[in-house]
Amino acid sequence: MKQPLLTADHLSVQYPGKNGLLDAITDISLHIRTGETVCLVGESGSGKTIAAKTFMRLIDYERGRIAAGHVQFADQDLVRLTDKELRRLRGRKIAMVFQEPMTAFDPIFTIGSQLIETILRHQRVTRQEAWRRSVDLLRRVGLSEPEARMHQYPGELSGGMLQRAMIAMALSCSPDLLIADEPTTALDMTIQAQILQLLKELQREYGMAMLLITHDLVIAAEAADRIVVMYAGRIAEQAETQDLFREPYHPYTKGLLQSITAPDSMRKSKLYSIEGSIPGLHDMPSGCRFHPRCPHAVERCRSEVPELTGLNGRLVACWRAEELRHSGNVQARPAVIEAEPMTSERKETLIEAVGLSKWYPLKRGTGGKERFIRAVDDVSLAIRAGETFGLVGESGSGKSTLGRVILQLERATKGEVYFRGEPLTQLSGARLRNMRRHMQMVFQDAGSSMNPRWKAGDIIGEPLDVHESLSRKERKARIEELLQIVGLSPDMADRYPHQFSGGQRQRLGIARAIALNPAFLLLDEPVSALDVSVQAQIVNLLLDIQERMGLTYLFIGHGLHVVRHLSDRIGVMYLGQLVEVADSAELFLHPAHHYTRALIASIPHPDPAGRGTARVIEGEVPSPAAPPSGCRFHPRCPAATERCKLEAPELQEIGPGHYAACHFPA
Amino acid sequence: MTVKDFVLGKTVWRESKRQTAARPRLRSLGTGDWLAAVSGVILAFAALCALFPGWIAPYSPTSMEADRVLLPPGAAHYFGTDYFGRDIFSVVVYGARDSLLIGVASVLAGGLAGCIIGAAAGIAGGVIDLILMRFIEIVMTIPGILLALAIAAVLGPNLFNMIFAVAVSMVPGFARVFRSQIISVKGRAFITAARSIGMPAPRIFFRHVLPNAWSPVLVMATIGLGTSILTAAGLSFLGLGVVKEIPDWGTLLSQGRGYLTVAWWISTFPGIAITLLVLSGNILGDWLRDRLDPKREQR
Repeated sequence: MKQPLLTADHLSVQYPGKNGLLDAITDISLHIRTGETVCLVGESGSGKTIAAKTFMRLIDYERGRIAAGHVQFADQDLVRLTDKELRRLRGRKIAMVFQEPMTAFDPIFTIGSQLIETILRHQRVTRQEAWRRSVDLLRRVGLSEPEARMHQYPGELSGGMLQRAMIAMALSCSPDLLIADEPTTALDMTIQAQILQLLKELQREYGMAMLLITHDLVIAAEAADRIVVMYAGRIAEQAETQDLFREPYHPYTKGLLQSITAPDSMRKSKLYSIEGSIPGLHDMPSGCRFHPRCPHAVERCRSEVPELTGLNGRLVACWRAEELRHSGNVQARPAVIEAEPMTSERKETLIEAVGLSKWYPLKRGTGGKERFIRAVDDVSLAIRAGETFGLVGESGSGKSTLGRVILQLERATKGEVYFRGEPLTQLSGARLRNMRRHMQMVFQDAGSSMNPRWKAGDIIGEPLDVHESLSRKERKARIEELLQIVGLSPDMADRYPHQFSGGQRQRLGIARAIALNPAFLLLDEPVSALDVSVQAQIVNLLLDIQERMGLTYLFIGHGLHVVRHLSDRIGVMYLGQLVEVADSAELFLHPAHHYTRALIASIPHPDPAGRGTARVIEGEVPSPAAPPSGCRFHPRCPAATERCKLEAPELQEIGPGHYAACHFPA
Repeated sequence: MTVKDFVLGKTVWRESKRQTAARPRLRSLGTGDWLAAVSGVILAFAALCALFPGWIAPYSPTSMEADRVLLPPGAAHYFGTDYFGRDIFSVVVYGARDSLLIGVASVLAGGLAGCIIGAAAGIAGGVIDLILMRFIEIVMTIPGILLALAIAAVLGPNLFNMIFAVAVSMVPGFARVFRSQIISVKGRAFITAARSIGMPAPRIFFRHVLPNAWSPVLVMATIGLGTSILTAAGLSFLGLGVVKEIPDWGTLLSQGRGYLTVAWWISTFPGIAITLLVLSGNILGDWLRDRLDPKREQR
């Protein structure tokens, strides 16, 4: 067996907090061998990023301190290295790729100068040689016209392109270890798949070790040889990818695996979810840190910390791992989406949009004619009472704008919106405000959608104050009732939004939205910002409320599986246009538009056995300010012909209830 | 057994958590808190001087002792005496009234006008914003002291005109800060949320925008207090101040300038008084801003 490249041994890191030192990570032991991909999986606050930063000693810049343990890299002791030695190591031996490519580059220097600087810092080469090498690297990471890119500033490149450039920079000195911290999280679905594939190829090519940090087990399944699961600053479990997915030992891993919305989940069924939320650094539970949320916890878990111990060639930190091994495991089965019978009864239409457009004017250039960003361009759709209409698309597709224009939070440039036959686009002032009680909204980032100076009770009570005149007592009773409906305790009404966890804040947001018994809810990516184990809780709550109150949902999301799970019908948007509408199952079984096919194909499979089946779609989403002619998807479409370039396809019915805007539907 | 243990486990943990949460936080008073306390005492003392100077000053500010001219600071005269034999400490104490009055009144007037203009521009946007802000920028190109000077020169030297002149010079700063503050709050998601529940615009403004926008203005006002006292001092120095028996701090400062080489104490002590007041205002303003942020309460 090869000597490990990086070894962490009982590593603990502390950060100074207001009331003394906080343990960010405790007792972390892991190793990475050359050529191996290890995935560090954990939710927010699990310490996975801090662990990675510790391996480069970047925590020094954040007042972090290694409190105990060793880190050995090749033959060097990372804990004892001086600043000078560290600088020689960083970038040359260990390189890092960050989550936000937009912020990881300095915006005032060109991509080229930043690449060359990195190369010159670590290697004795001439400037010309460095330039030549940079161009090669950019070409290797799949950027078109690398010479031109060298002269561009970070602001001129899209997120996916910048992430490629970032990877090129990390590779510039052929590091032995590449640390990738959530490299795909900030990117669009189709771009995620591209980047993940690129990373895997490069790792093989350069023979590097890779530490991939992610919150998404699906990505780990796709890329990792070995997976290390972290929870609240400790390692919960470590195993080979195949083993972990076949039979997780730790109850937390079991829970995480089960909370993944499977591609073949029974639609609208309750999802498995882990109760409660992740503890904060300042109030860590005693004993096993997972015990307050663990369904199998016993007395011992509360008082004694379980050590990471070997069991069948894997490592797990759980007192009851041995006895629980076989309980509660889901068997991986081939995903089969079952066709559903067509809903024959046509329910009445609640909301109808006709030829809806929202154009934002761009600053006019001198002498040029006025240009627009066509965020939403001529979209027509009807949402029936009681159904959930899912809307998917990548960033820039205009899905959020469409939602806001339907709710009249932004005024349409063209077109009409009807609510129960009433033309909303023509209402204004008090009459429109009065209509708002029937249509409410849940935001992606619940925290920022609340006035930070208000208490939870007042936030929920606000719609009541505006639309209803309740007595003090009635108002209080209603607020408590609402809190209970969304699964919060009534005594939380006196807390401020920042005192809630992310999941709880989203519950508050939902309570506010349903306070007036609306008929329609716009759900704008309500679970995207939440941790995996909490997402399922919110999805279940939304299903529960819909059933109880007979609500109609417009669900905007980018996680295709979650959208499929909740929605009766799904609309796919691309560059401001609706390209396909179909029943949920039908869309996944027989996607007609090539973009939809590409989207579905780009989903990584939550099962290592199906690894590599995700197909990658080429190219980036063009700017909505200058959309391609004809069919907007034609530059990326595998089936495009001359006709697609010239003639824009209309949305037309290709099957019962199945619409697609494509000249050559599949 | 497992179920019971599990339930017990949860409750016990919750219980202990609740206890820690309920325990009084013995957070030692930080440096910031001490500074704020000292600043508060200084401001309170200045206010006391302004209201009841007779209680504090050992001499009359107008009595001139010919045999006690230009005495250095000592036990009898804490801050020394000036060319006319006046006790400087007493003059400073009595001068607090006019200085504070000019400072507070001009900040209030200028701040209010500035905030109204800034709010109007920020809320309305578009053409109104454009016109108001260009106007403000034009006013800004004229240095504050020059503007105040011109106004005071036109209107003539009296207390009210002086306050007016200083207030006008403060308007642009407040307008700009408040406008940008309004615009940034207006774009936040909770304003969209308020609109989505059908709240009328004026109510959104008073309940959501204003409370989240005013803390930088508060800080600006405390800093403005010092600036306006200085501007007033400048006016007095140039002969456009209020001609009175008891000089305000600014006037005293300029009166002492001629004696700086022979009697440093004449200018120095009113200068220190101004500095202390300005500094105290700033520190207290900062401290207040932190206190007003709900997120800072516990973390």
